Amino acid sequence: MTINETIDQLINEFNQFDDWMDKYNYLIEMGRSVPLIDETQKTDANLIVGCQSRVWLSSEYKEGIIYFTADSDAVITKGIAYLLIRVFSGHTPTEIVEAETGFLDKIGLKEHLSPTRSNGLLSMVKQIKLYAFAYQVKEKNSL
Amino acid sequence: MIEIPEQKIQSVRNDFPILSRSIYGKPLVYFDNAATTQKPNSVIDAISNYYRNDNANVHRGVHYLSQYATGAFEDVRKKVATFVNAPSPNEIIFTRGATEAINLLAWSYCEMFLHAGDDIIVSALDHHSNIVPWQAACERKGARLKVVPVTPEGQLNLEVLEQLMTERTKMVAISHISNTLGTINPIAEIIAMAHLKNIPVFVDGAQGLSHGPVDVQKLDCDFYAFSAHKMYGPMGIGGLYGKTSWLVEMPPYQLGGEMIDRVTFEKTTYNEIPYKFEAGTPNVADVMGLGAAIDYLNNLGWDFITSQENDLLKYATARLQEIDGITIVGTSAQKAAIISFLIEGIHFFDAGTILDHFGIAVRTGNHCTQPLMEVLGISGTLRASMAFYNTRAEIDMLVDAIHKVKTLFA
Repeated sequence: MTINETIDQLINEFNQFDDWMDKYNYLIEMGRSVPLIDETQKTDANLIVGCQSRVWLSSEYKEGIIYFTADSDAVITKGIAYLLIRVFSGHTPTEIVEAETGFLDKIGLKEHLSPTRSNGLLSMVKQIKLYAFAYQVKEKNSL
Repeated sequence: MIEIPEQKIQSVRNDFPILSRSIYGKPLVYFDNAATTQKPNSVIDAISNYYRNDNANVHRGVHYLSQYATGAFEDVRKKVATFVNAPSPNEIIFTRGATEAINLLAWSYCEMFLHAGDDIIVSALDHHSNIVPWQAACERKGARLKVVPVTPEGQLNLEVLEQLMTERTKMVAISHISNTLGTINPIAEIIAMAHLKNIPVFVDGAQGLSHGPVDVQKLDCDFYAFSAHKMYGPMGIGGLYGKTSWLVEMPPYQLGGEMIDRVTFEKTTYNEIPYKFEAGTPNVADVMGLGAAIDYLNNLGWDFITSQENDLLKYATARLQEIDGITIVGTSAQKAAIISFLIEGIHFFDAGTILDHFGIAVRTGNHCTQPLMEVLGISGTLRASMAFYNTRAEIDMLVDAIHKVKTLFA
C-alpha cells in the first residue's frame, strides 16, 4: 500500500466515528497494541523533544526501506505514534520525504490537540522526515 | 469561616464573561487559575477605556491627556503600594510580570552585592522563574546556588535552611505559595530567621497575592514580586516591591527612556526610584487594568475570597480522595486552593486530554518545576487550581469526569 492509500484508509476509519470518545477509544486501543520498540532503543537519542509525554522513535534501514518503531509513556500519544508508523513505516526514503503530512487535520485529531501536544506531534513527523532525508542522502552518497 | 450563599457566587461569576462560554459544547470548568486567572468586566473595560479615552504617553507631556494619563498611572502605583502596605509608592516598580521582576532583581542586586565565593539560597519547591535567574547570577559572579530541600509532604525543611544560611549568603529567594503543590510557605518565619543573620529575603508572590492579603511591612521582606494576570488583572504587567535602602543602591537593569536623569556622551545620570528601573514607555493600559483588578479584589474582600477558596480546597480534597487510585501530591497543612494529583495507571497527559473534552481545563506536566518533580520522583501531575469563582458543582463535574477517564483507560 502506498503512503497515500494508507492515509485514505485512515481518513475512512476515522470518519466512522461520530463521537470523540469513540475516536479516543480507538486511539487508546491502538496505543495498547502498537508493537513496542526494543528496550535498548529507548535511548535519549531516540527521545523526541516537545512532547508533554515521553516519545521514543527508532528507525531501521533495510534494503532501501525504512522501518519505524515507537513508544510513549502516554497511551494516547502512543496511539498517534502508531498512526504515523502505519503511514510512514515500510517505505523508501524518497517516498517518505515527498509525502504529505496534513492528514492529521483530516482525521480530526490536530484540531483536538492543544498546541503543546501538537508540537510533540509535529516533532514526531519532523523526526520521521529527518530520518528519511538522512537515509536518502546516504543512498545518494553510496551510489 | 463564613457561609457563602449560592447567589453571591453566581453574581461574582457574572462579573467574568468567559465563565459562561462553552468548550466542545460543554460548560467551561476553569481549574487552571494558577496559570492565569480570568478577568472581570471591570478590568477588561479599564483597558479598553484607557485606549478609547485616555491614551497618551506618560511623564513627559505638558498637554492635558499626558498629564491625565500620568496621574492615573501613578495613582495605580499608589494603589499597589496600599494593597501590599508598602511604606512608599516609590518602592513599587512596574515590570512585565513576576518573571521580569525576578530577572531585574537577580541581575541588578547581584551586580552590586554578589561576589565570588558568596551564595544564594533558593528552594526545591520553586518555579523555574525563581531558580534560573539566580543560577545565572551565581554563574556570572562565581557564586554558589544552594537549595533548601522539600519534605515528601511538600514543605520546606527549615532546619536545613537555617544551616544553609552563612555570612556568605547574600539572598534567600523563596516563593510565597508553591504553584505546583499549593504549599503556603512560612515566609514570615523564614524572613525572621534570615534577618537574624542579616540576610535579605526575596518572596516570589506570583501565586501569593491572589489568595490572601500581603503586608510587606509586617512580613518585613526585602523584596516581593507579583504578576497582575494571576490576580484577575491583565497579562503583561506585574511588579516588584523593594525596600528603598536596597533599591537606591542597585544599578538600573535596562537603560533608556524614563529612567534617565541627564545624558551627555561623557556621562549619564539616572532618575530616582522607581523610575530608575522603568526604562522605555511603560505598559500604561495594563497598569489601568491592574488598578481595576485591585479595586475588584478590595470590593470583594479577603473574607469572601479566603472563605470561598478554603471551602473549595477542602471539598475538592475530600471528593478527590474518595476516588480509588487518586494520590494527592503535596499535603502540607497550609495550602492554597491548588491540588496536584495523580491517577494510578493513567498518564497525566492522557487524563488531561480526556478531561479537556469534558470542558474541564486542568494543567498537566511539570508546571515549570522540574527540580521539584525530580525530588518527588515523578515526571508530572494533573493540577486543579481554583479561584473564588469556582463552585462545588464544578468540582463534582471534575470528579465525574475523572471516573469516566478511569473507565476509558480501564
